[in-house]
Amino acid sequence: MIDTVKKSKGLAVTQYISAIVVAFCTLAPFIWLFISSISYRKDLTTVPLAIIPKEVTYQRYLDIFINPNNDMAYTFKVAMSNSLIVVFFVTIISLVVGSLASYAFARLKFIFKNQLMYLILFTYMLPPVVIVIPLYLYLNSLQLLDTKTSLILLYLSMAIPFVIWVMQSYFGSIAKSFEDSAAIDGCNRLQTLWYIFLPIARPGIIATGILSFLVAWDEFFYAVIFTSTLNAKTISVAIAEFSGKNTIDYGMIATGGILASLPALLITFIFQKYIVQGMTAGGVKE
Amino acid sequence: MEQQKEILDKAKERLAQAGSKRRQKLSGEGKFAYWVIAPALVLVLGIIIFPLAVNFIYSLKNMELISAHRGEFVWFSNYIQVLSNQEFWAALGRTIYFTVVSLIIETVLGLLIALLLNERFFGVSFLRTIIILPWAIPEIVNGAMWRWIYNPEYGVLNAVLMKLHFISTYHSWLSDPLMAMNMVIIADAWKMIPLAVIFFLAALQMINKSSYEAAMVDGAGAFKRFFVLTMPYLKPTILVIIVMRTMEKFKAFGVFYSITRGGPADGTMVLTYTAFNKAFSNLQYSIAATYAYLIALVIVVLTVIYVKTLKNDGDLND
Repeated sequence: MIDTVKKSKGLAVTQYISAIVVAFCTLAPFIWLFISSISYRKDLTTVPLAIIPKEVTYQRYLDIFINPNNDMAYTFKVAMSNSLIVVFFVTIISLVVGSLASYAFARLKFIFKNQLMYLILFTYMLPPVVIVIPLYLYLNSLQLLDTKTSLILLYLSMAIPFVIWVMQSYFGSIAKSFEDSAAIDGCNRLQTLWYIFLPIARPGIIATGILSFLVAWDEFFYAVIFTSTLNAKTISVAIAEFSGKNTIDYGMIATGGILASLPALLITFIFQKYIVQGMTAGGVKE
Repeated sequence: MEQQKEILDKAKERLAQAGSKRRQKLSGEGKFAYWVIAPALVLVLGIIIFPLAVNFIYSLKNMELISAHRGEFVWFSNYIQVLSNQEFWAALGRTIYFTVVSLIIETVLGLLIALLLNERFFGVSFLRTIIILPWAIPEIVNGAMWRWIYNPEYGVLNAVLMKLHFISTYHSWLSDPLMAMNMVIIADAWKMIPLAVIFFLAALQMINKSSYEAAMVDGAGAFKRFFVLTMPYLKPTILVIIVMRTMEKFKAFGVFYSITRGGPADGTMVLTYTAFNKAFSNLQYSIAATYAYLIALVIVVLTVIYVKTLKNDGDLND
């Protein structure tokens, strides 16, 4: 049997060549972004381009962290902290509110349960463009444009339906017998949720939390419409703004891009297994 | 196992005894459920459902800031105006082009890469780890990165292609409408192929290896094995990817905003970007609201078609 699965030499060579091509195409653009971030501006603007720079500088990274006089660097620093604040609250609140609701959807009987579940699913799939105009006009008249609070609320309206949709399938898969024995031991519903459901569903909660973090971190449509100054501008908005200008130091945009990618990249690498689980649970389930 | 069953049986008995008491509490259960879902419900109703209804009213009204008749109902004349304008159909055409080409690239390359990663060879675990990397990079960073790569003077794409003698002069990649659209598709595919790879890989790992070995012994070639054994397993995954991604593609905005801003010559003006432009650059709120509803309508129609296809597919398999 083992002989039959052995590969021919030709196949092995094809495999290695494709593997190298895939690895190159995956890494090269991002490596170029990193090289741009540590190259001197004169090296980035010579023709023909020197792809591997002779000398490198980490000044731009330092500027972002400690130099308040460099306009672009300071914008990136503030925008980055805005993003972190917004995404932190969105992740935590959406997990708490969403888990509570999904527990009810998975386990409790109440009127209009199915209709409400469909409503949640519908809002999850609705394109944001259908609601932004009234939202913009309302937030404008309430003078809540360009605040982190309204951005958090908007992102919650995206993240919570997602959390409910994924978590109710996790909770639904927990055996009924756990709940019954908890009831016999005298647990009330909140205790059952806290002592039984949350510990068992922990992998699901971690996966869902990471995905809400990543979705909120990646969000741009609401951010560009509802924020305009350093008061609430996210890192994506700051990068998009600068990259639209032609005379700007592209190395600095690259630096901002690397820093904006780092949180998402780190989380993805550390929790890769959970993410794959969470995505296939939310997506493949009909 | 036996012991667990015994405990369960006992629990059931005791529960049955407590049953009458429980039934009385059922209304309490409903109340508790509403307390628990209330925060989520208030937020979703307030931020999504209410504006959704208001937006529909906007699409039936005259909302032009300069008009003397501002706020009056014009019923479906906004829809007639949008649908009779070439601009809408051109944007729809571009959105469909973007969606179809992206989906073909993502599905085909995603499947091929997943098949490669499903094999066993030196370095495959490294490849499996890095493959997800592009997906984690924020959309706007991805767009800005590719815009920099495509830069006509200092872009690394021109430099590399020139060194390899694929081109003889520097190209201005984003100055031709169709070329610009294709470049956006490449940038978007780079970020999104990993998602397809992950879904395909998850599906491939469920396939029973022994049926492959049996097929090999029977002398079935690689192509036959793929189409007879692998494809049927992957069909649901392909459908899921197409359904999910179509909706995402119709919403695509950031990648256009960060690479082309709808240009050149409106060559990358897709539906969502046009609606955004009409609302927040031209301040044509009622026309933009109409666009938004038409986008939602297209997505609903597509979803219904997909769900029907999925259902029919399920019936055939039964």
